[in-house]
Amino acid sequence: MSIAKPDALQLTIKQKSAVVIGLLGLFILVLALANVNFPYKETFLAASMILIAAGTIIYSREAYLSKHEGIKNDGAWFKSTSARGLWGWIIGLVLTGFYIVLYFFPEYLGLGTDGANNTGLIGLFDPLSQLLSGRNASQWFVYGTLYTMAILVFGYKFLLKYRHNRYQRLRTFSVMFFQLAFAFLIPEFMYVMNNDLPYYDLKSIWPLNYYLFDEWSVKAFLSAGHIGLALLLFGIISIFIITPILTYKYGKRWYCSWVCGCGGLAETAGDPFRHLSSKKLSAWKMERWLIHTVLVFSVVMTTAVIYSYLGYDKNDFWLTRGVFIALVTGLLSILFTGVMLFKRHEFGKDAKYGAIGFFTVIMLLLVMHFTGTTDKLFFVKSSALRSAYGLYIGSIFSGVIGTGFYPIFGNRVWCRFGCPMAAILGFQQRLFSKFRITTNGGQCISCGNCSTYCEMGIDVRAYAQKGENIVRSSCVGCGICAAVCPRGVLKLENDSMKGRINPTEILLGNDVNLMELVNKKQ
Amino acid sequence: MDNIVIIGNGISGVTLARHVRKFSDHRITLISGETDYFFSRTALMYVYMGHMKFEHTQPYENWFWKKNRIELRKGIVNKVDTNSKTLKFSNGETMSYDKLVIATGSKPNKFGWPGQDLEGVMGLYHKQDLDNLEKHAPNNEVCKRAVIVGGGLIGIELAEMLSSRSIPVTFLVRESSFWNGVLPEGESQMINRHIIKHGIDLRLSSNLKEIKAGANGKVSSIILEETGEEISCDVVGLTAGVSPNIDFLKNSEIETNRGVLVNRYLETNIPDVFAIGDCAEQRKAIGNRPTIEAVWYTGRMMGEALAQTLCGNRMPYNPGHWFNSAKFFDIEYQTYGWVHSKKKKPDYEAQFHWRHEDDTKCITVAYHKDTKMFLGINTFGIRMRHKTFNQWLSEERKVDYVIEHLAEANFDPEFYARYETEIVDAFHKKLQIA
Repeated sequence: MSIAKPDALQLTIKQKSAVVIGLLGLFILVLALANVNFPYKETFLAASMILIAAGTIIYSREAYLSKHEGIKNDGAWFKSTSARGLWGWIIGLVLTGFYIVLYFFPEYLGLGTDGANNTGLIGLFDPLSQLLSGRNASQWFVYGTLYTMAILVFGYKFLLKYRHNRYQRLRTFSVMFFQLAFAFLIPEFMYVMNNDLPYYDLKSIWPLNYYLFDEWSVKAFLSAGHIGLALLLFGIISIFIITPILTYKYGKRWYCSWVCGCGGLAETAGDPFRHLSSKKLSAWKMERWLIHTVLVFSVVMTTAVIYSYLGYDKNDFWLTRGVFIALVTGLLSILFTGVMLFKRHEFGKDAKYGAIGFFTVIMLLLVMHFTGTTDKLFFVKSSALRSAYGLYIGSIFSGVIGTGFYPIFGNRVWCRFGCPMAAILGFQQRLFSKFRITTNGGQCISCGNCSTYCEMGIDVRAYAQKGENIVRSSCVGCGICAAVCPRGVLKLENDSMKGRINPTEILLGNDVNLMELVNKKQ
Repeated sequence: MDNIVIIGNGISGVTLARHVRKFSDHRITLISGETDYFFSRTALMYVYMGHMKFEHTQPYENWFWKKNRIELRKGIVNKVDTNSKTLKFSNGETMSYDKLVIATGSKPNKFGWPGQDLEGVMGLYHKQDLDNLEKHAPNNEVCKRAVIVGGGLIGIELAEMLSSRSIPVTFLVRESSFWNGVLPEGESQMINRHIIKHGIDLRLSSNLKEIKAGANGKVSSIILEETGEEISCDVVGLTAGVSPNIDFLKNSEIETNRGVLVNRYLETNIPDVFAIGDCAEQRKAIGNRPTIEAVWYTGRMMGEALAQTLCGNRMPYNPGHWFNSAKFFDIEYQTYGWVHSKKKKPDYEAQFHWRHEDDTKCITVAYHKDTKMFLGINTFGIRMRHKTFNQWLSEERKVDYVIEHLAEANFDPEFYARYETEIVDAFHKKLQIA
């Protein structure tokens, strides 16, 4: 097949100018990174932000508003950036490099150490940080600002691309709002009101927010008075009460594609890469093992960390090690037996192995407690476990690989293979939720648009062409499969639990008796 | 254990093979001259448009066939000897069978136009047509204009494909309005306007007279029958329908007409030889259906039915209520039951038509003018639930019931604007006038 790039995909003059404007904005950041000392930092920072935003906005308006409303995937597999071409690899390498520097060498970004002033890129962001919270910027402030910018400007682009689709628009407004308000502005204002409070993004829920229950974090909350205690309680309620209720009613999408910041970036800046996720069965197998391993790792790590700073008696915390370990094992055992009793028939073989492995871990925790292996877990210090988790999962997996590799493996690598929060939500979505994607009778033509554009690598077509509903733990409910379907076959729905999973071929159209026969014999 | 040989790896042949494997241990061989593996023909357009790569059109990974013991054989059968139960391939090899299934699909129609076999003239059906199009119309410099002949579903898809690469398209439609042999007038005219809005040079009531070659032997222009106008172009797409792809059966004893003649059990005149999908022709029409149904869904359904017969449970092809779907540029279309065009409308059929003011959504509901029984619905730009309409058709609901309960059948994504109230009002207003 010819690889001649179709002319229709060439950029218009207006779009080329928009790219130049955006690159100018980025260039200011690059100069700052190269330690050019700008005289009027606030002016240059503002100029940079405005140029980047203006470039993206002009580009997107030219790309979508000149065309009719509808699906806009023309040339997705011809463009260098979105089809793993040279530009795709360059963007991937630049992003990966940025994450490595951000996590491991912030001094290269200009972070002032030992009380020294910030210089370089971080120094450029000082005026904005001063404006919001009256303190100098950190590498995390810079990252947070750029992250929020990305969600806002590419969110705008997405809104234009899907302007015919109200589900997509509302969902995108939602992630833009939650990023700007909850992840960016509110934590800064909270600091202004009470600077004992640790940074807390209210929508970032444990175990995604893996440091929430660290000793320093808990102590900081507790020392910040009632508001601190309230926030800590909110963190506990989020995962144990709010999450199960919302996931039961709406599926995991309420979080993953409406609220979460990782999801927010994936759905906006990551949208041009969604078709790059692997749909192979082997990728699905790997996904199931990997994501549940991370979940077990995070549960064990958090338990060990909390356990190690709790005392033996009530003098330090009201919660003693004995009570805590009883709570954890009790909760996990109830969960395990409940699922095994009521839902075991819905499990695949490897899911059973996984569940049994999980239960073994709980038992080991108990043994650990009663044999008095105090601050070690499986002969590893809990602090070592914690730093390993922070390094390998928190930084490398979620940042460097999860975002840096967008143009190579697709935009949901972290959400699909690594996020422990997604694993918990997915587990519930598969077993106790009203959410499903309904297949419309016999209308599927097996074209494969749904599977191609599923960012989570679900082979949606495999279900649709058999007339099965799609009930998969990994589905984040982005709704793109339903949007790109040319025959109106897929619909995201919350309906009753009964008949939600229909693992039989019920394609409508043929002789009713024949279809009954097909199902019976299966 | 039988040795079942299926010629054709399209949706009919593959559905049959999958179902036979599910219910039996018969040996299954799938023969294709087109591709190594099954792909979804309906998705070829998205490969040209860059939405997908060709591999994405393959619904099963390549290991699937071996795992399910379905043998694949690439080759073209050019002779069938039903006495010795042997197939002869174009390369001289032979293959024997116990049961033979012909599932060779269709080929684009050519009506003897001068120049119809020139380089740059093509249909859009096979994988090879896609490769050919990529060769002759990679961009609007190589292909300065394309002319499409034939206003059906494939024609409008080809128009959408070419315009995705900014290639100017002239679209010749024989009828006075797009696809109005099938669609009622209101719908057909809405699609006319939509086609024009997408920058297509739509020529209604226009026929092709001849295709002319340039100095290089390739297409250089076409001449219109009605006006004699000459339109220069680099590609001509022939999309004036399809017909059964059964030339290789000419000298066999298998009885054919336009397609391979079969009874309700999909059996031909020769024992142990069957035909399914586009290439099968029913000896007697089933209900309102044409004797040759060149539709994705019916091919699949025939495969399901014949699999039962081949596994020892003789079953007729007994399709349920008619349904179909398509997409015209940005407008999706679904149909359930029968809604007839102006030309084909039976006397008893009355229609209620509603169109949204934005000119991208409309529905037509057909009902019996005396009994008021609901007969079918065409819906454009609003997705509707197959299951609900299937049920209403089986329950023989009255048209009032269907209109009043239309909201239950809505299948649009969440938060979409709803039009049921407007439709119900329009329906009652129409009744008052009538």
